[in-house]
Amino acid sequence: MENALSIVIVEQDTERAEQIVDALASAGLGTIEVLTQRGTLAARIKAINPDVVLIDVSDPSRDTLEELTLAADPMTRPVAMFVDHDDAGLARSAIEAGVSAYVVDGLSAKRLRPILDAAITRFNMFGRLRKELEQSKRALEERKVIDRAKGILMKARGVDEEEAYALLRRTAMDQGRKVADVAQGLVTAAGLLS
Amino acid sequence: MTSISIGYVPLLDAAPLIIAQEMGFAREEGLDLILKAAPSWSSVRDMLNFGAVDAAHMLAPLPIASALDLGAGTAPFCAVSVLSMNGTVIGVSNAIAEKLQAGGHDFGFEDASAAGTALIAATPVPLRIGVPFPFSMHAELLIYWLSALGLPAPQNVDIRTVPPSSMADALAADEIDAFCVGEPWGSLVVEQEVGHLLLPCSAIWQSFPEKVLAMRTGWAEENPVLCGKLIRSLVKAAAWLAKPTSPTLTAEMLSRPDYLNLSWDILERALTGHLVISPRGERRNIPDFLAFHRGAATFPWRSQAEWIGLQLARRTGLDRVQSMKAASKVFRPDIYRAALDGSGMDVPGASSRVEGALSHPTAVASAFGQITLTADRFFDGRVFDPSTPE
Repeated sequence: MENALSIVIVEQDTERAEQIVDALASAGLGTIEVLTQRGTLAARIKAINPDVVLIDVSDPSRDTLEELTLAADPMTRPVAMFVDHDDAGLARSAIEAGVSAYVVDGLSAKRLRPILDAAITRFNMFGRLRKELEQSKRALEERKVIDRAKGILMKARGVDEEEAYALLRRTAMDQGRKVADVAQGLVTAAGLLS
Repeated sequence: MTSISIGYVPLLDAAPLIIAQEMGFAREEGLDLILKAAPSWSSVRDMLNFGAVDAAHMLAPLPIASALDLGAGTAPFCAVSVLSMNGTVIGVSNAIAEKLQAGGHDFGFEDASAAGTALIAATPVPLRIGVPFPFSMHAELLIYWLSALGLPAPQNVDIRTVPPSSMADALAADEIDAFCVGEPWGSLVVEQEVGHLLLPCSAIWQSFPEKVLAMRTGWAEENPVLCGKLIRSLVKAAAWLAKPTSPTLTAEMLSRPDYLNLSWDILERALTGHLVISPRGERRNIPDFLAFHRGAATFPWRSQAEWIGLQLARRTGLDRVQSMKAASKVFRPDIYRAALDGSGMDVPGASSRVEGALSHPTAVASAFGQITLTADRFFDGRVFDPSTPE
């Protein structure tokens, strides 16, 4: 591929990195290397000397890449900058999706766009997946707490499960709180008393 | 109630923003501060640049570097007030600390010449030092300090950008010999037993602007009322932070998971100026270690901006006069003054001064005649007069 670009992805989450690699590879966008280690980031990027570096916005190592923007010697340091200055819209949507790109000076926004578009799509998709996972984890956690609280009530007051749950709900409604919060309070209190 | 979004990096010196919101100083001005934590300074800069936030907690040199076209950025920024003075530390790896002790250094924590000379003698050239960001007072003060002691950067000093959260790892992995970082990260290095603190940066320059409240210049000029409300609520928060009873509650509040998510006792060290400097638990007491309000700390002096502009020009090879001129326009005492006008809070009479000239606290002309500036000497005794900078 004549126009192949060398792309580095800095991403500690290997699953997310794989998704981005897949997206870029299927679009035929060049050779891709993934860096997952934070240490020696600047040195390794210098050694690879890529055309584009994609990094998760939530990664604190982004500041290390900023060092590359202080190009003392363009031969040893890729002159890098945050996407293309002329395309604020692209930069903004990248930031909102959670990805930022450092590109070698002179690489046009036109060539960068498909790479960023692919990365942005994957970042958004992964973000949604993660949110779903968090939500369902929380729902499970809450259910567990409610079950424990029910158990405590059944034992302490000699009631059946249905009545124990009704008691939790009534209390929650009376106090304007969530059932899970009331249950958590009960579990904590029981833990302290036992 | 008007909502205003502010980007910040979870550090102790973000306290004025957090306190303004938590203690109701913002509410008194009719503001609801939406504080957005960012993982890196480049993120904060980009959030502000692309309008994801209205204002930001920023390293004092960052908006000036942007004005000099160093690093990325499109929108011009201005600094409408200083959020904190001092509050950073220099530390070394355990291996270097041992060498320093063997060489007879006492870790006295006061004498920057003695500490610097000992450090230079104990480490190979180039000395590798980690800082959080290329455009920061950390980098500027290190370069100023080591150059004055005969170790000029970049030939002899390798200043590397290391995220504060990775500083301990970088020390442990022998990627750096020393570091300069804001609290609580210095204390955390000690807590993790991978390094010793050597010097507070206030031993290099007694009163330096560390973080500023930055805005897009266009936004600040188009929203003078909102901007004024924000500045006033932050200055009030700073005054509250300066009360002797505040550190305990501040440490407690900032320790919450929403903010710094660290144990309060580590945060309290810097707030009270009682730092633990070694894994063995040795302590040092530093008055004014992190100042929010004393000595007109919140006032954005043009001369401070010019000092930073000159340092940036020196190390990047830019024209010095042009750079100082461009830097001077970034700090906005005029906006600060307009915000405090009629508020009952005092402001200095001048907008520029000779930096480094005060060896002890000095009363200066002000609107109400009540401002005492803190001592602001450079460790080498030099002064910076913006009208004759060289």
